[in-house]
Amino acid sequence: MLRVNSRQLWGRLHIDPSLVGGVLMLCAIGLVVLFSAADQSTDIVLKQGARMGLGLGLMFAVAQVSPARLARWAPGLYLIGTGLLVVTALIGTGRGAHRWLEFGFLRFQPSEIMKLATPLTVAWFLRDKLLPPRLPVIGTVLLLVALPAALIAEQPDLGTAVLVAAAGLFVLFFAGISWRIIGLAVVVGVLSAPIAWYSLHGYQRQRILTMLDPAADPLGAGYHIIQASIAVGSGGWSGKGWLNGTQSHLEFLPEHATDFIFAVYCEEFGLLGVLVLLSAYLLVLVRGVKIALGAQDPFGRLMAASLTFTLFTYVFVNMGMVLGQLPVVGVPLPLISYGGTSLVTLLTSLGILMSIQTHRRFLADF
Amino acid sequence: MSFGRRLREPSREAQLFARRIVIAALGMVVLIALLLSRLVYLQLVHHDHFTTLAQENRLKVLPIAPTRGLIYSSDGVLLADNRASFSLEVVPEKAGDLSAALAQLQAYVSVGPELLARLKSELRQRRRFDSIAVKDNLTAQEVAVFSANRHSFPGFGIAGRLARYYPLGAQTVSAVGYVGRISEEELKRIDISNYSGTMHIGKEGVERFYEAQLHGEVGYQQVEVNAQGRILRVVESQAPVPGRNLYLSIDTRLQDAALKTLNGLTGAIVAIEPATGSVLAFVSNPAFDPNDFVNGISAALYKTLRDAPERPMFNRALLGLYPPGSTIKPVMAAGALEYGLRERGTPTWCPGWLQLPGVTHKYRCWQKSGHGTVDLLRSIAESCDVYYYSLARDMGIDRMHNLLSEFGMGRTTGIDLPGELAGLVPSREWKRRARKLPWFPGETLINGIGQGFMLTTPLQLAQVAAILANRGRVLEPHLVREFENPQNGRRSAFTPVERPAVSITKPEAWVAVVEGMHEVVQGARGTARATALGATYQYAGKTGTAQLFTIAQDKRIKVQDITQRLRDHALFISFAPLERPELALGIIVENGESGSHTAAPIARTLFDVYFATRRPSDAPG
Repeated sequence: MLRVNSRQLWGRLHIDPSLVGGVLMLCAIGLVVLFSAADQSTDIVLKQGARMGLGLGLMFAVAQVSPARLARWAPGLYLIGTGLLVVTALIGTGRGAHRWLEFGFLRFQPSEIMKLATPLTVAWFLRDKLLPPRLPVIGTVLLLVALPAALIAEQPDLGTAVLVAAAGLFVLFFAGISWRIIGLAVVVGVLSAPIAWYSLHGYQRQRILTMLDPAADPLGAGYHIIQASIAVGSGGWSGKGWLNGTQSHLEFLPEHATDFIFAVYCEEFGLLGVLVLLSAYLLVLVRGVKIALGAQDPFGRLMAASLTFTLFTYVFVNMGMVLGQLPVVGVPLPLISYGGTSLVTLLTSLGILMSIQTHRRFLADF
Repeated sequence: MSFGRRLREPSREAQLFARRIVIAALGMVVLIALLLSRLVYLQLVHHDHFTTLAQENRLKVLPIAPTRGLIYSSDGVLLADNRASFSLEVVPEKAGDLSAALAQLQAYVSVGPELLARLKSELRQRRRFDSIAVKDNLTAQEVAVFSANRHSFPGFGIAGRLARYYPLGAQTVSAVGYVGRISEEELKRIDISNYSGTMHIGKEGVERFYEAQLHGEVGYQQVEVNAQGRILRVVESQAPVPGRNLYLSIDTRLQDAALKTLNGLTGAIVAIEPATGSVLAFVSNPAFDPNDFVNGISAALYKTLRDAPERPMFNRALLGLYPPGSTIKPVMAAGALEYGLRERGTPTWCPGWLQLPGVTHKYRCWQKSGHGTVDLLRSIAESCDVYYYSLARDMGIDRMHNLLSEFGMGRTTGIDLPGELAGLVPSREWKRRARKLPWFPGETLINGIGQGFMLTTPLQLAQVAAILANRGRVLEPHLVREFENPQNGRRSAFTPVERPAVSITKPEAWVAVVEGMHEVVQGARGTARATALGATYQYAGKTGTAQLFTIAQDKRIKVQDITQRLRDHALFISFAPLERPELALGIIVENGESGSHTAAPIARTLFDVYFATRRPSDAPG
């Protein structure tokens, strides 16, 4: 009786307890590591905590909005986001790249909007199409994805561009696009790889080369990867203990509070700690998959699946980068890395997941 | 709603979607496995390797140079000291506007343009938080003036270091030697880790020979550094072990007196205590001030020293090779008695020359008119050449070679100084090897009076005197008497090394030879008869005159100053008192013409200085 009641209560509040539990666990781990990675600065931890509070608030707020309404907002959001990307290209700021837009007190990256707007729009577009999608539909989707991705890649921010494109293409994948088309895309991709290679910026090419052979330039391009490997490897099975990581505290590890915070975590908490962290992520991911499978309409289904696997993509790309398996791209570790924008975007996307889960017409058991 | 020709089939779409989810989930599992395998590889398989790398990142070892041992004379005079030397240093990151500060600094400590240029290049190479020397060897006044105004120069400071200093300078350089900056070749042979904090190394003399004892062992500080190399804390440290202090047998009064007797002359004096082999004086003149070499000598000064005709940097006492001349006659005489070739009273007729059968060449005595009938004692006292031509002919080169070798000629004495030369005592075998010629009988005669091929160092002459004084006991000469551990003051004595005694076993041989040598200075017709007048002790000696033809180094000099440079070298060996001798001397005065006139009086002066404060063992009552 109580069980049913509490479930109804959560449903009415549009809160998914498992998802929120996993998210809070990750946030807690994030703040603990950050305290160490940021050289025990309470200021930074409080600042990040405040952002988490804001993000969680936004997550609960978004969860109140029904998926149908979110779908209706999608095209508008997409147009605004794309428009802002064009503006950013013209008047944006940032070191060596135009990524930021400043409106007095507010300073943000329009590409973050597109991380959500792109899959939302694709899911909105596919919601009433016959699935699996046919070629004209696929063509339209590709255009919808390519436009923001190209604008972001031009900034240049190849990492975000790839992730935005991935979020949109995940929707297409879950919509059931034919394997033949996927196979064709892979073949075309492989064949055009040399062309892509030459269209990369010098530093982007360098990053890929560095990943393949970090020792070639240990104090230059390979420095990040080598120092991160030392941090991870020296952590061992159980780690050096919280606040005891020498690689980060003695500043050998660059970007140790942001993109490379996973190395700090590995150094201080070891493989055991990594297993705990991965479990927390899996809790959220498995919940996301369940929500996707339980969704009742194509929009919710596609959106939930895309958001879930996008989250995993972030985790994988960041960890793969720290472990030297992927090139160095500026992708933060979700909910752990220091930084506001991506945190807020991510929590918003989890709010969408909760909205999909809690706005089902029948709150039946499953 | 749908514009497609097919109708929507929700259940089929849901099935399709579920299949895709499964595939994606499988992909996720594969990728997670990929991450985990990498984590296992880094954190478990290669954990030790990366732990080492992390430690190497974090910990740096900084050397702490040990304090070099001090060197004292036997009478307690400090011969090699470590003195504080002050340099002005700056930490650029703390100095603010460095060029303005340097301009302002000129009022207190003048920094010349070449120092500024050096500083500029160092600024580029060094890190901003490292201390860089602005000027070395500050004067006391500069230190005082800067210290008073220090507050206006943030980032600047005065650093003290220990630098070697030789209080007696040139007076003891022949024995003590000196230290200098470590050279490339030296880097190859030393234990680099032990020298990681050391700038100087012994280059010559005792400083070099006892480098291992003087240097000590390096200490270290293990410090934790950050990625920029800034020291955060000291993790562990080990104090250096200071080098041993050395107490030499050098007696500074005797050393000083010896140097003074050679004032204005070129030559060498070595004084040995026969009973122990202790070297009491070791002088080569002219000498140079070793303090000029400690921190790198200026090119101009070095050129002056190198090109001076007297060659002040040449350590004659150790490296100068001279024909021993008549100084070998006592040795030859001892051999004659031992081998039964002569009796003490056996007369030899000296008409002023000797001829070998079948050869027209006359081997002449220095006394052209001849000595008449000469016995063994007279042969020594008056240095009759004909006596020794005849003796050498009878003894033969092979026995001569053995005899002279036993007295230490032609071989190194074993003194504790680097680079000692052996000199030369010829033999048939040597001549075959070196000259590709057989031995000629006439050469035996010439070598019998210490001419010909024979070469000895002043040190070897002193050693011959000491062996004669010891009546055949051979002790290796040495400069170090005691080692002192500066940490606990404990001293350990140097044990003299004794070599097999010479094979002169007949006591009457020693009696006769010493009597003959006594006659040299005391006898009515002794070659140095005037020199012993008024001495409160009795002593023995033998003069020698070395004809100049062997020293190749002097060739150039001869051309410059023929009249003086062609004069013979004066030699003298001596010991005192006659019984239980305390001091044996080897003296060479280059171009001193004759041993009796230049070298013998020097021995008398030194004995007087030595016995002025000591009772000679033969003094009455």
